Amino acid sequence: MNSNHPHRAPRAADKTEEGARIEIAGLTKRYLTPKGETFTAIQDVTVNVEAGQFCSIVGPTGCGKSTTLAQVSGLERPSAGSVSVGGSLVEGITNGVSYMFQADALFPWKSVLSNVMMGPILLGMPKREATDLARDWLRRVGLAGFEDRYPHQLSGGMRKRVAMAAALINNPRILLMDEPFGALDVQTKAIMQNELLKLWEELRPSVLFITHDLDEAVALSDKVVIMTTSPGSVKDVFDIDLPRPRGNVQEIRHEERFLELQGHIWESLKDEVTRAYARTAGAA
Amino acid sequence: MTTLTHSGSRKIEKPMEPEAAAKAAGRSKARRRTMSIWIGRVALAVIVIGGWQWFTTEGWVDKFFFGQPSEIWSSLVKLFTEGTAFGTIWENLWITAQEAFLGFILGTLVGVVLGILLGSNKYLSAVVGPYIRIVNSIPRIVLGSIFIVAFGLGVFPKILLAAVLVFFVVFFNAFQGVREVDQNLVANVRVLGASPIQVAMHVTIPSAMTWIIASLHTAFGFAIIGALVAEVLGAQQGIGLIISQAQGTFDPNTVFACMVIIAVVTLAAEYLIGALEHKLLKWRPPNRSEAQAI
Repeated sequence: MNSNHPHRAPRAADKTEEGARIEIAGLTKRYLTPKGETFTAIQDVTVNVEAGQFCSIVGPTGCGKSTTLAQVSGLERPSAGSVSVGGSLVEGITNGVSYMFQADALFPWKSVLSNVMMGPILLGMPKREATDLARDWLRRVGLAGFEDRYPHQLSGGMRKRVAMAAALINNPRILLMDEPFGALDVQTKAIMQNELLKLWEELRPSVLFITHDLDEAVALSDKVVIMTTSPGSVKDVFDIDLPRPRGNVQEIRHEERFLELQGHIWESLKDEVTRAYARTAGAA
Repeated sequence: MTTLTHSGSRKIEKPMEPEAAAKAAGRSKARRRTMSIWIGRVALAVIVIGGWQWFTTEGWVDKFFFGQPSEIWSSLVKLFTEGTAFGTIWENLWITAQEAFLGFILGTLVGVVLGILLGSNKYLSAVVGPYIRIVNSIPRIVLGSIFIVAFGLGVFPKILLAAVLVFFVVFFNAFQGVREVDQNLVANVRVLGASPIQVAMHVTIPSAMTWIIASLHTAFGFAIIGALVAEVLGAQQGIGLIISQAQGTFDPNTVFACMVIIAVVTLAAEYLIGALEHKLLKWRPPNRSEAQAI
């Protein structure tokens, strides 16, 4: 990678050292509602993600998981507390970050190739070079030959692959994933998880991965963070000591250690889910 | 189950026959359908125009007030062969088309720019929003009188009135289009390091384009209305002037003839806008609704 794209070498070097470490300290985010009331989305969240670590955040609906990601990316500013990436405080858009959303954030009016090219183009890479790189990435996610299609012509799984190529093409030091596979069917989801693990093991960005799916979190991560119902804060942190490379996520689900960890984490999550459910049921 | 597999295997032995028959049946069915649609269309036109002709000939409807198809046709022929009191019909048509077209361009440009600007700036839209709604609620067609008093009988006040009518249609669509932009897309390119201008170029404008282009169909109709009404209010040349002249001489046939001419122009413009839409929005999934065909 580095020999092909010398101008990105510094960031790749950054990644191997402490450049990709995410430190979230005492993070609080309050929103002002249009009526002038304040709403606390997350309160005093402290999480550390080591460089190259895969960290999942699991929690009930509306507990501020997405809010946490928005603070890390620099799209929003924290009300209190701080986020540091690689030792420097996040004050604007953090560079070297890629985002992946549940809804595939693809440009419907751009071809698959142009979609993947966006990242390098925005970094100022010459068009021809960006095209070659994008073609290479489409090949890596198994979409060679689909360059000229438009997103609406692809299946959900294929669109996810395009989004993944678009997110990884800049070789980000941090990958933020907001329920990326939430809308996929079970089989496609498993395939995409394997695909993600394979690419992650090649590039090793630090990952913050939001999910509702506890199995998914355990199968993919080094660390699982459980958040409480709103205002969200960290309830528990679990280290997942399953060996890497994990191999097939569908098979790992049957291993004894996996089940043990999963059961353990579910104990912690269960209360929060019940509480969140009771609250929405009460409100309705 | 057994019968199913049996018929399946037989299909492999003689693959063409049933499929070819089904295809032929489908084609002839589609042909019949198209035919019956055209028969219906022609019948409708014959009933309406023929009925009009018949009723006026019989005197049940006074042709002095409501015209008559055959006389509308002879008015049309007269307009194109003998011309009008204000020069040939082509000169007049050219003037009106020019006014409508320039008004359309001006109104669209201003509408798109302001719509995108206000749509992407919350503060600005909060400040200016109520005024735009107030201006939108006044009968803008009356502005034509003011423009003619202010700018005389030339082409300019007509362009201005057409532009004002076009502006609001395009503006509200551009504004809404910007508001409907997928915020995930915006967040995505911002994280990738896009500047505000790049966000506009890559996300906001292309995304609002669907709305803007949809509004152009209506907007061109308004441009024609603006130009015609301004001409009726006061002009030296133009189709609107011919119409108001015909009104003054109790000549409904010429008024209808002018309507036919304008309808042809509008249909041609509509076709061009449709082609533009097709070209710019070719990325869109095909629309399956039947409304597209109307």
